[in-house]
Parts: sequence; C-alpha cells; structure tokens
Amino acid sequence: MITLSDYLFVSGILFSIGFAGVMLRRNLIIILMSLELMLNAANLSLVAFSRFRVDPNGLPNYSAQVFVFFIITVAAAEIAVGLAILVALYRARQTTDVKDISSLKF
Amino acid sequence: MSPFLFWVFALLTLIFGATVVVNRNPVASALSLVVSFLGLAALFMSLDAFFVGIIQVLVYAGAVMVLFLFIIMLLNLQAEARRQINWLAAAGGTGVAVVLLVQICFVIRHIRAAQQTFPPLANPTTDDVRNIGAALFSNYNLPFQIVGVLVLVATIGVVLLSRREPR
Repeated sequence: MITLSDYLFVSGILFSIGFAGVMLRRNLIIILMSLELMLNAANLSLVAFSRFRVDPNGLPNYSAQVFVFFIITVAAAEIAVGLAILVALYRARQTTDVKDISSLKF
Repeated sequence: MSPFLFWVFALLTLIFGATVVVNRNPVASALSLVVSFLGLAALFMSLDAFFVGIIQVLVYAGAVMVLFLFIIMLLNLQAEARRQINWLAAAGGTGVAVVLLVQICFVIRHIRAAQQTFPPLANPTTDDVRNIGAALFSNYNLPFQIVGVLVLVATIGVVLLSRREPR
C-alpha cells in the first residue's frame, strides 16, 4: 500500500531536484523553472497531509488545499514579475546568464 | 489509486523534473516541465484533491508554461554554448543538494505516523470545489482579499517593468 511517507519522499526528491537546478544552472529562465519545481514539491506534501488528516466527518483537511491554492496564485504572480524583470534585463544587457550580471556582487 | 499508477506518475514527475535541470536547450526544459506538472496533477488527483489537480493543469501546464515559452521565443534563446564547466562549483552545488535530500529522507524515515496508509474518506466523490470555496470565503476570506491585492500589484508592476523608457 502507498503510505504518506512515499508521497513525502517524492516531494523531497522533487524539491532537491529544483534546489540543484537553482544551485547549478546559470540561465535565469531555468532557475525560475527550478523555483517552480520547488514550490510544487511543497504543494505535493501539503496535499498529502491534507488527505492524511481526515476529520470525523470523513472529509480531508481543506485548510491545506486552500493553502495550496494561495501558493499557486502567488507563484503565478512571482513568475510573471520574474519574467518581466528578465525581459527588462535582456533589453539592457542582452544576456540571461547570471555570470554576466554581477554588478551587485560583493 | 493503485500503487502501480502512483509509481508511474511519481517516476514521470521526477524524471522529467530532472530533465528540466539537465537539458541545455530552454525549450526542451520548458516542455519537460509541462510533463512534470501533468504527472504532479495526477498525483494530486490520486490524493482525491481533484480541484487542486485541475487548477494545476490549468494554471501551471496552461498559463505559466505559455508565459515561459513565450519569453523563450521572444528572447530567441538558443541552447547554451558549452562553456568550460567549473567542476568545483558544480560539485559543491550537487553536494549541497544531495545533503539536503539525505536530510529530508532521514527525517521522513523517522516520523512514525508517516508509515501509515491513508485513512478512507466517508464518500470518495466529495464535492471538493464547494468545500474549498466555502473555506476560502469563510475562514480564509482575509488572506483571499490580500492575495487579490497582490495579484493587482503584480499586474501593475509587470506593466511598469515592461514599458519602454521614454527617451
């Protein structure tokens, strides 16, 4: 049978993949995609917890699903703003590589 | 959901998630991300969260991915040139990610409650759109309004950012 820990393992592996992408890749678009992977890994564990905590009426815990809804909304807004910044940056510098954008680097 | 389907969709999500990171071509990465999100939506539905699964397909596999592909096409990004890889930095990044993964697995292994299977629902076809809507407009009404303001601010910000500077 599938237990809660199976879903949590999948979620943890997905989060680590996204984290590795943020650490390893230098293309800003790929970094944004890896951020999305991490947010979705968190969503998966939230939905798994929601299904795990069944209340006496036999309903899943909907608070977690509302939280997932908020995360999806905020992530969509974040991606829109991030891509707009990326376009503005590309217009100014003609690059999407984080190695070429280091004026603020200490 | 049967364990077989769970592992099929979990492997689909993880393999295509890894392809997003490994691929050099941004278009291929974006398309792998679509498949990964579809697998994740199937996992949500296996947890009886049908509304969240459908939202996942509509918002992520639909809107967000169109945005990504549109920007990739607009900037005309090619596959990254094969630069000299800084092996020390690559090993460090991989090492940190692996340490994080080992920590997560260690913690999950030691939660005893997580080894139990999911308790059954009273009614497998619950009306979860109505229940989520009721929670959203009663208990979580204030956060919902705040998220609305956030989306408005994001819209205005994006318009301002992408406007050309008057010369």
